[in-house]
Parts: sequence; C-alpha cells; structure tokens
Amino acid sequence: MPETGPDTGVTRAEVCVVACAEAWRGDGEIFASGMGTIPVLGARLARASFEPDLMVSDGEAVFIANDLPLGSTDKHVEGWIPFRSVFDNLWSGRRHVMMGASQIDCHGNQNIACIGSFEKPKSQLLGMRGAPGNTANHAVSYWIPNQSARSFVQQVDVVSGLGYDRAAAAGPWIAAHHHLRRVVTQLGVFDFETADHRMRLASVHPGVTPDEVVAATGFELVIDDGVAETRLPTADELVLLREVLDPGALRNAEVRV
Amino acid sequence: MSAAGSIPGRARDKRMTEDEVVADLSSDMTIGIGGWGSRRKPMSLVRAILRSDLRDLTIVSYGGPDVGLLCAAGKVRKLVYGFVSLDSIPLEPHFRAARQTGAIPEVVELDEGMLQWGLYAASLRLPFLPTRAGLGSDVMTVNPHLRTVHSPYDDGEELVAVPALPLDVALLHLNRADARGNAQYLGPDLYFDDLYAGAATKTYVSCERIIPTDDLLAEGTFHTLRIPRMLVTGVVEAPNGAHFTTCEPDYGRDESFQKKYAMAAADPASWATFESMYLRGSEADYQEAVAVRA
Repeated sequence: MPETGPDTGVTRAEVCVVACAEAWRGDGEIFASGMGTIPVLGARLARASFEPDLMVSDGEAVFIANDLPLGSTDKHVEGWIPFRSVFDNLWSGRRHVMMGASQIDCHGNQNIACIGSFEKPKSQLLGMRGAPGNTANHAVSYWIPNQSARSFVQQVDVVSGLGYDRAAAAGPWIAAHHHLRRVVTQLGVFDFETADHRMRLASVHPGVTPDEVVAATGFELVIDDGVAETRLPTADELVLLREVLDPGALRNAEVRV
Repeated sequence: MSAAGSIPGRARDKRMTEDEVVADLSSDMTIGIGGWGSRRKPMSLVRAILRSDLRDLTIVSYGGPDVGLLCAAGKVRKLVYGFVSLDSIPLEPHFRAARQTGAIPEVVELDEGMLQWGLYAASLRLPFLPTRAGLGSDVMTVNPHLRTVHSPYDDGEELVAVPALPLDVALLHLNRADARGNAQYLGPDLYFDDLYAGAATKTYVSCERIIPTDDLLAEGTFHTLRIPRMLVTGVVEAPNGAHFTTCEPDYGRDESFQKKYAMAAADPASWATFESMYLRGSEADYQEAVAVRA
C-alpha cells in the first residue's frame, strides 16, 4: 500500500495523473505520448519513477532526457521527433499514446471527429487526427476528464479510434496489434480485461462510488464484485509531481473535482 | 517580376509578390497548403487569395486558420484534411461553422498519416501507397472512394490503398530562401512541406527573408535546405508572413491575436468588424494594423 497518509491533501487530479502513469507500466523503451496536461504528466511521472526507459517528448519536436516541468523550456534534448518521425514511429508500433475522446463506447470505439451525422455535424470537432492509425498499430489509452452519459455512450457517432469489435473485424494483423490499455476519467479507471473485451470498471478513485460511475455511463459496464480503489500517489511520486514536474499545479485545472 | 528567366547563362530570378502568385492561380484548382495546424502557414498568400475572385478551390491541408479563413470566405468547394485546429485553441471556429452549416460541398477527412501517404504517393508519381491506417474506422465509410488492396505476398493482408493526392499548386512559408527558390526551414519541424512541393505541379514559397545563395548556411546547416529550387516556381519575400501562426525561430504564435481571431470568428457581427479591420486591404495594410495593435 502507498505510504501516503490522509493528511497529504492529495487532489483528484493527482490521483488521475498516477492512474495515467500506470498505463505505461511495463512498456519499457518506447515512445510514451500524452495528449493533454494530465496524460503528459502521467508519461513524465512514469518515466521519472517506475518506467525509466520510456522516451517522452516536449509535445513539439524533440525527445527530452530531463524531467521537464510543465511550461519550462529547459529541455535536455535526447532526440528529434518531428511529426513525420511520429508517423514512422507509430506505424512501427514502438509507441503507446494516451489520447482524449469526445465519445467512447463499451468496445472502446472513440470519436474525436464530430457529433451528429458526418455529412452535416451538429458539432464539428477536431477531425480523425491520428486515431485510426494509432489504434491499428500500437497500444492506446484514453484520458476523459468529463465522464458522463454524453461521453460514455451506447454508440459513438463516428469511429475515429478502433474499439475491440472494429479491430477484430479489420483483420488478423490489426486484431493482434490493437490494444486498448486503459481509460482514465475523473471518476475511475477502466480496462477491457473481459472475455469479450467489453469495458470494465477497474477501480474507482478515492471518494467515488461505483454507483456514481454507473450514473455517468451511458452503456452497461462490466463491474466485478468488490471494485478496487485507485491507488494514491506514493510520497515520492507526490514530490516528483508537485516539486519537479508540475510546480505550477496546472494538473488541478484539468480535473474539476 | 523578373523576365530574366529566358536569358541563357543567367540563373532564373523567381521573386514575385503575393498578388502575382494569386494571378497565376485559377478557380477549381487543387491547392495544398504547407505547415501544420497553426504553425508556419503561408498566411500572406492565403490573405491574397481572400482578396481575389478565386472560388471553388480544392484545399489540401493539415488545417489551421488557413482552412478557416478560406472556408469563411466561401472559397472552398472540396476540403481534404486530417484535422483542422488552432493548436492552443483546439477547434477552428470558421471550419466548424462551415461544416455545421453544410457550407463545404465535399470533404475528405483522413487519418493524418493517410494524408502524408497521399502527398508522398503523388510526389513519387505512384497511384497509391498502402497502409493499415484507416482500416476498421469510419474513415473508410465516410470516404466511399477509398479502396483496399491485398498484399501480393504470402500474407495476403488487406490494406488501404491511399490514392495519390496530386496538387496543382503548393503554397509554403519557410524561414529563408534565395531568389532562385532554394528554401530553408530553421524551426523544429519541416512538417510535410517537401511532400506538398513534390506533389505539386507548381510550388510558391513565401519566406521571412530572401537572402543571397552564399548566405544560406549562415543560420542553419545544409540539413535545413529541404526545398530545392527545382521544385519551386516562385518566391515571395513576406516578413511576418506566417502571422498569426508560428514561424520559429523568427517568431512564435501571436496568441493574443489568435484569440481575437477565434472570438471574432464565433460571431458574425464581430467577424465583420475583424474583416474590415484586417482583411479588406493589402498585405501591407494587414501588417500595419497588426503592428499598431501591438
């Protein structure tokens, strides 16, 4: 158990960062890529603590060797990773990205393209971006800071990133290389470690009940008996997070709990 | 500008103005725009298109405000893109409005890597390049023109055949160029500018400064000379020409101006004001209005 006591004032955002960091546990020497403040911190925290061989970037074009604080330009460069190299890297499979999702369904199909019909969207979002290629080629996780029945939906309006059903239908190579590692939200952690790869509630964050999670989910979640609680940051992780990686506490702005 | 092109023994001088570039374009053309999102976009050339009578364009872009502005001006008949974003502001308001009102008659929304593949195929004069990106996703359903191929080898795997995306014209903005068209990027990422140039029949490069050929290594190594003059038809000296997008290391994104742009774009009345303030006059007028604001 973590040695963090109840008096350390751990925020929900800090729990989320650690839950995101855990996505990369065991990944070894690959590109850990995060989209958004909490995933970026998660990747940097994983590398700074239990997964030291990960490669992380500045989000622009270089791999950084140091534990770069958010917002700092004091980059110790260990490599060049322009967008073209990102595509080469992701098609080679040596990457695990944590993306966002405007909608996700029980199979892990993700939508960042648009809400409503594709022909005339109610709400146009980013577009497909790299989601189709990412999910076909390497491990993918998701960070969704606003889980609700509107983001955890029965059926996504457009499939950008492949869920397990789509990946299985896309042929044996993709089925073998597609892997959704975990989904982290402001309420809990989810995985697809079920017989039919339907989404399962893996843990609830401290202070959250499974009922709250169910109320914020628009499909039927797999929930085992005795759902675990998401672990708290260790004392060392809290120091790294608060004093090294995010001294400006930007993490707290992305989780409104 | 210069007529020196036909003189034997003389190097061609490819310097032009933005309006001369636009005079070479015509409606219905397919135009690729370099850069990425709100980074190193040839904005002075885009602004010149806004001032023109050009219409019914097919635009190919890793989209940012270039796409937004052209959509808002009703110039776009068909849009080929992987995303449209202002980076620090994730969603592009003009592009969103155009999609939500059905103002873009035809869209081809691809995975980012597929877009690269289409440009690369065109630059290699291949009909397509294979990839797994797109398979299983709705890229395949919203683009019924996409076909798959089977590997002719023992694996027999089915792959997407990303069709070549040949361009009539590529518009790029780089940091430096010489008058003959050798162009140099000094920032962190070339993006896919060389592929746009390769895929295009004609490429026009705007740049922060035109310098003598002998000075091309003054600020960067030869590794940064990635657009050779044999690909370039015209060169435009356009200081601050990428404004308000990034043009590192010459300048970063003008975030406060971008915010002003995005806020104005969200509301028709504010947009009319923005347009009359910044987009009705010449490029010199634009730069002056921006400078006065700062």
